[in-house]
Amino acid sequence: MPATGCASPASGKGSPCLLRSSTTWLLVAQRLGIALITLVIVSFAVFFATQLLPGDVAQILLGQAATPEAVAGLRTAMGLDEPAMLRFIHWLTGLATGDLGVSYVNHMEISTLIAGRLANSLELAGVVAALSTPVALCLGILAAMYRGTLLDRAISVATIVVISVPEFMVATLAVLIFAVWLGWFPALSYGVDVDSIGAMLRAYALPVISLSFVVSAQMIRMTRAAMIETINTPYVEMALLKGASRTRMVLVHALPNALGPIANAVALSLSYLVGGVIIVETVFNYPGVAKLMVDAVATRDLPLIQSCAMIFCFSYLSLTTLADMIAILSNPRLRR
Amino acid sequence: MTLPLRLPRVRRGGEPRQKTYVFNWTGRIGLAIILFWCVVAIVGQWFTPYPVGKIVDWNYFGPVSSQFWMGTDYLGRDIFSRIMMGARYTVGISLAAVTLACAAGVILGMVAAVIGGWFDTLLSRLLDAFNGIPSLLFGLVVVAAVGSSIPILILTLAAIYMPGSYRFARALAVNINTMDFVTVARARGEATPYLILREIFPNIVGPVLADLGLRFVFIVLVLSGLSFLGLGVQPPNADWGALVRENIEGLSYGAPAVIFPSLAIASLTISVNMFIDNLPTKIRDRSE
Repeated sequence: MPATGCASPASGKGSPCLLRSSTTWLLVAQRLGIALITLVIVSFAVFFATQLLPGDVAQILLGQAATPEAVAGLRTAMGLDEPAMLRFIHWLTGLATGDLGVSYVNHMEISTLIAGRLANSLELAGVVAALSTPVALCLGILAAMYRGTLLDRAISVATIVVISVPEFMVATLAVLIFAVWLGWFPALSYGVDVDSIGAMLRAYALPVISLSFVVSAQMIRMTRAAMIETINTPYVEMALLKGASRTRMVLVHALPNALGPIANAVALSLSYLVGGVIIVETVFNYPGVAKLMVDAVATRDLPLIQSCAMIFCFSYLSLTTLADMIAILSNPRLRR
Repeated sequence: MTLPLRLPRVRRGGEPRQKTYVFNWTGRIGLAIILFWCVVAIVGQWFTPYPVGKIVDWNYFGPVSSQFWMGTDYLGRDIFSRIMMGARYTVGISLAAVTLACAAGVILGMVAAVIGGWFDTLLSRLLDAFNGIPSLLFGLVVVAAVGSSIPILILTLAAIYMPGSYRFARALAVNINTMDFVTVARARGEATPYLILREIFPNIVGPVLADLGLRFVFIVLVLSGLSFLGLGVQPPNADWGALVRENIEGLSYGAPAVIFPSLAIASLTISVNMFIDNLPTKIRDRSE
């Protein structure tokens, strides 16, 4: 039900009525609740998937030659003889309070292992997002504006190609073109010493370029689709009929109303960063969380894998939840 | 998480059906490449110019020559033979996984749409939660825990893409379920299996097949990604993703050993996309 003072439907987008409507907040709260439940289910899945490991963790840690007493001692010390459900709850509360446990392999605190790496990964993701969002939005809107022209077709074909090939291929192609044939950048990002700003820029360039391609392609496609949907509505056609130019029709009439779906598309595309970052960090040997996790998988360092997986799931979930919330907040039809 | 899939509109009863099964040229090229790789996957084993695991050239990362059509890899093995053999893993595993994922997803989706009630709500919520795990990450965690073998890979990939297939089939089936002919069948006293098999399934099979094609592309990509990380098909066998990983050292020399497996993956995924995008409207049921 609409709140009082909100009766006029003509008040349109951006009115304070949006924030006063209790149904909106109900929907947002509901979406947040779903996200929270999902996070619990996901952590459940991550925890128990890693418990499927055949064999006993204590046995694996101590090796074949260990005496049964030593294994039993370590099991008690690690709390492995508790029921799985209890360990899950311990692990979850530890996670919530920032106590991530200790690595099996080098016995370091996982939080210290992750801390520096996380900053690196966030830096990479942030630069990619800042770089690809404006470019992708412009290209997506242009493609929708000149739908069916050569420009639109070229953009569509290029994005389809980038989406259809694996991320590592985009990355290897970028190395091949920019590092091998053109010789602009070094092929590995951290093999070189980063003492000056120029060297640092060059070291970052290739991971950022590859990741930007992957994310932009998604974003361009979704922006174009959202924009075309708005352009096809009767009121935009009306604007064209009354003599507005194509530019005016798109930028003044259609764009403000497409902002919600476009913001939704941006948040959703950024969630592709999570998958892309795993591959790109491996290709370029970039010291981020994803590289840490892939290395942990190779050494079967379960607590580390669990923590990294939760970081990725959390960022992925927050982005998709953000996308949904933007969709709710920007859609007046959901506000009754 | 919603994949940006196009949801085809459901066919209305009285619409004239003069549309035919003719494919346009882009679709035909796509189909030809898909069929080519399928044939290679099935019979390629007997036509490799050199034994797959044999070191045939002392010159590692050899260039393209009349003797080695696609160069040699980091040990001096023939890349052409390895790609022909890799087709079997890439196409085979992906096909098995996508069949499993779509079969399970579509059946559950139809059952949920027909039965409805708490079964539907519970299943939808649970599978949506699983959609909240990024696909590559899910694969990483499972492979880390259980180890990598081909049956595990197939099951994992199927599990990753089952929720999406479920959601897609359920959305279609819910629409069909409200139509008059289903109500009539229900009033006749038909049982749920009959409703699902004879009334709902024939009406969603076209879009479901198109969805299967798109999902196949995603699975090929995730499988290649896993193999690239060294967690997919294990040596001495290699699918195309693993071939890229093995030879990644050759990248700085621009070795053909890195380029050709990548091209093989790209040709397969792009042609499936081309084929699906140009499916005849009669199959795809798109309103455009």
